[in-house]
Amino acid sequence: MTDAKKVLATFQVNGEPHEVAFAPHKTLLEVLREEMNLTGTKHGCELGECGACTVQIDGTPILSCLSLAVDAVGRDVRTVEGLAQGHELTPLQHCMADLGAAQCGYCTPGVLMTAEALLRDNKSPTRDDIKQALAGNLCRCTGYLKIFEAVELAAARMRGETAEPSKESIHGS
Amino acid sequence: MVLDDPTTRPAQAKTESPWQHDKKKEDMQWIGKPIRKVDARSKVSGLQRFADDLSMPRMLHMKLLRSTHAHAEIVSIDVSKAAALPGVKGILTGKDLPIPFGILPVSQDEHALCPDRVRFVGDPVVAIAATEEEIAWEACRLVDVQYRELQTIGGVHEAAATMEPRLHDYGVRGNIHRLENLEFGDLAAGFAKADHVREDTFFFEGNTHLPMEQHASLAHFDKDGKLTIWSSTQTPHYLHRALARVLHPLPAHHIRVVATPNGGGFGGKSDPFNHEVAAAKMAMLTGRPIKVALTREEVFHCHRGRHPVLMRSKVGVTKTGRILSMDFQAYLDGGAYGSYGTASTFYTGALQTVTYPVENYHFRGARFFTCKAPCGPKRGHGTVQPRFAVEVQLDKIACDLGIDPAQLRLQNLAPRESLTANFLRIGSMGLGTCIQKVVDGSGWKTRRGKKEVTKDGRIRGLGLACSSYLSGAGLPIYWNGLPHSGVQLKLDRSGLVTAFCGSTDIGQGSDSVLGWIVGEVLGIDPLGIKVVTGDTDLTPVDLGSYSSRVTLMTGNAAMQAAERARELISKGVSEKLGVPASRLVFADSRVFDAENPKQGMTFQDAVICTEARFGTIGTVGSYTPPASAAKFRGGGVGPSPSYSYSAAIVEVEVDPETGIYRVPKVWMAHDIGRALNAAVAMGQIEGSVYMGLGEAMMEESAYRDRTHKGNRVFLHKIPSMLEYKSPSVFEMPEVVTYVVEDHDKNGPFGAKEVGQGPLLPMMPAIANAVFDAVGVRVDENPISFEKVFAALQAKKEGKEPRYGPSTGADGVPVVDFGDSLKIKTPWQGGDGTAWNEPKREKKAAK
Repeated sequence: MTDAKKVLATFQVNGEPHEVAFAPHKTLLEVLREEMNLTGTKHGCELGECGACTVQIDGTPILSCLSLAVDAVGRDVRTVEGLAQGHELTPLQHCMADLGAAQCGYCTPGVLMTAEALLRDNKSPTRDDIKQALAGNLCRCTGYLKIFEAVELAAARMRGETAEPSKESIHGS
Repeated sequence: MVLDDPTTRPAQAKTESPWQHDKKKEDMQWIGKPIRKVDARSKVSGLQRFADDLSMPRMLHMKLLRSTHAHAEIVSIDVSKAAALPGVKGILTGKDLPIPFGILPVSQDEHALCPDRVRFVGDPVVAIAATEEEIAWEACRLVDVQYRELQTIGGVHEAAATMEPRLHDYGVRGNIHRLENLEFGDLAAGFAKADHVREDTFFFEGNTHLPMEQHASLAHFDKDGKLTIWSSTQTPHYLHRALARVLHPLPAHHIRVVATPNGGGFGGKSDPFNHEVAAAKMAMLTGRPIKVALTREEVFHCHRGRHPVLMRSKVGVTKTGRILSMDFQAYLDGGAYGSYGTASTFYTGALQTVTYPVENYHFRGARFFTCKAPCGPKRGHGTVQPRFAVEVQLDKIACDLGIDPAQLRLQNLAPRESLTANFLRIGSMGLGTCIQKVVDGSGWKTRRGKKEVTKDGRIRGLGLACSSYLSGAGLPIYWNGLPHSGVQLKLDRSGLVTAFCGSTDIGQGSDSVLGWIVGEVLGIDPLGIKVVTGDTDLTPVDLGSYSSRVTLMTGNAAMQAAERARELISKGVSEKLGVPASRLVFADSRVFDAENPKQGMTFQDAVICTEARFGTIGTVGSYTPPASAAKFRGGGVGPSPSYSYSAAIVEVEVDPETGIYRVPKVWMAHDIGRALNAAVAMGQIEGSVYMGLGEAMMEESAYRDRTHKGNRVFLHKIPSMLEYKSPSVFEMPEVVTYVVEDHDKNGPFGAKEVGQGPLLPMMPAIANAVFDAVGVRVDENPISFEKVFAALQAKKEGKEPRYGPSTGADGVPVVDFGDSLKIKTPWQGGDGTAWNEPKREKKAAK
């Protein structure tokens, strides 16, 4: 196991090629974090239970802890580091930051990668759509409510509306 | 630096308290506003570096070989095969780390690696460092540990009955770790006067923090003899002390602890841990950086979560529900080590009196050692279990007396600015407002008891519960006369203000609290303030992120430091402009004359002219809580500068056939003194609702019992995130939150705690709501579906419609608590001392 022969491959991650040598049994999570130093992607269980390691492959959210790195070769891998365009955050990143939807921030990269895919496919997600999409992402801090509100607010802003968070969600009832 | 120059201290506080609790909202620029946290954008960009995100050149990976037995003597350890494995660079066993440690001075009972005995499945025995993580694991498998199994101890009844073997050679006797027996006032007289007396027995199963981030540490011992450890710890100062003890003779000032941002803590990263100590020692042994990152299963073994507590409560009330006497017993299953257990034991008794007045109060608490992962502090530390018991019992009493449970509570509120029976000082008290808010919001008066039926045949019920919680512990973990929190400010000619503080952000936003307070006092944008925290080399000591202490304590320290900076800058600007210092206003990043706002300068220029006049600018602030009125032994746990209050109403929909229920909606009101930041405070309240919901509905740290043979006895049943159920997006209800702001004179701008209190009423409110819906009582947490079903079955069969521990004599362990400490209540003329307390022996001088 420990003397497994390494393979050399080129990954497309966040639009850039990364040439990496790695043992073929390594997961995408391990290769991203340990070989490419892309530590934005987190691990909470390494068993596919918590969703913290979610990245996108060809636009689809997947659990990088359950995916072999070799299967991602030649495909478009996107991680949380690749969301912002230059210095500009995405609308969802802005909304999550402003609403406090990231408390400890550990589940946040996984939540973002899942929800960004939802927002790309569904311009007006209902609360139920958001729940369905985020069903595999555990968060222990927020109770999910600020995350839902951030996704809804970002969706509205991406539709070109000048939306603000509700008074109740910021100051209470 | 101008360090605590008395000439620069504020001459006269502008408000009644130095903490400006009376300041009007409209007079403040930043406090109360929903500005984002100082690190919010890093968190949403994947740029926040948690402990396991760090690496260093030549770093080795360390793994711990853990015990497979619940209780056994270590006969021999053979590491020869592991040592021969290529890539293995270092091996440690118990003999390499002989000095014990523990969070409390009274229970230094842990070793990083067990020297001679293992006490639970998961107790670490050997540490191995290798060039790759997989090699370290493989090496662990090659270690041969020979054990001789010893008798196991599974729960409080067994522990109480087992004098030998003892899990530890300290404690009260047998396997009793702590016994407390405190009596305030005249119990018998209270019961004699009571119109109604009832006794109930409750059980609260243990549960765990389950932070998303698994504990991790990186340790490095440099060639100049300095040790640095970056670790996911809530308490860098206490870890620093533990390392200095265990690594003796390495001097404390050669040890640097850096608390990395915690990926969730909830109390689970508050102890100094064996993996941290072992990593530090391994770095010293190998001369290379050592990384240790726990697996999720190992986090379950670290635990320090909620104690399982068996409780018996006898309460005597008047016709209106006023509590004349309460006799409360708590039996805590502590697990294998002391941890915070002494404090936990006191906390199961301390706060019963803070929510509603209790005229006469008797508390007996016993903590036992058992062969399971050690229990400790989890959000609401020790007060959660008795709050469940008391609030369910009050609901029963309201039922017995035919009073609306909300009305019963409203007519029995603890008075503000008062002393409780056990000498806790209540300041501001917004519980009445909280109850009113949730009662009005939920339609309680018209909807309770109506048994509305949903489309799918479920029955609706509403349940109410309340609570109070600390804003930080009045005493530190170890006895000292030093401040609990220190803040240092550096002001620089660039206009930059840097705040240094030993506090640790665990996601609650404590770094931002420093920014908001300093920004408000100096009139500058909090997001422009640099915050450096949780680094024992760089930052003044703060005791850590526990007991909801940080907002109040570091907040007050930050305020003092900022006030001193403002005073100094006022002098500098006053001389420069020829305007009296008292007329200067700090706002909009300017310092100007209140009477002629154009007459002024930018904040940066103000710093420059002050630096030119006085030299390099730095100020400090510190905070020590007010002295406690409780002077009896044990009175140190419970006092706090202020108490938060909360009230919850929960709506449930219960299937009367199966007991399966859902929680569609929660109304939560929380008196937090003052919201320093509205959005962030909301997040803390919603997070508490979430965690309380999980504890009520599903979360439990359950262990295999004796029906499992061999070494599987007392193995954690479900050490994974899949099987340890926690609420997903689907279980999270709609939450209507009311932020109640009853400004407290002891808090910064009047702020009290926010992140723990609202967890407490969730579990009893759900139990009470289930009763409202289907008329059965579940006196045991979690209130899982099968327990509701069992109670429904009992009801059908004409038995008592209840699920819970035995109410008979066999329901609680037989324990001789000895004589109680007797303390006269304030209304009996007591002075906070026990009249029968034996004189304390003076500690022999070292």
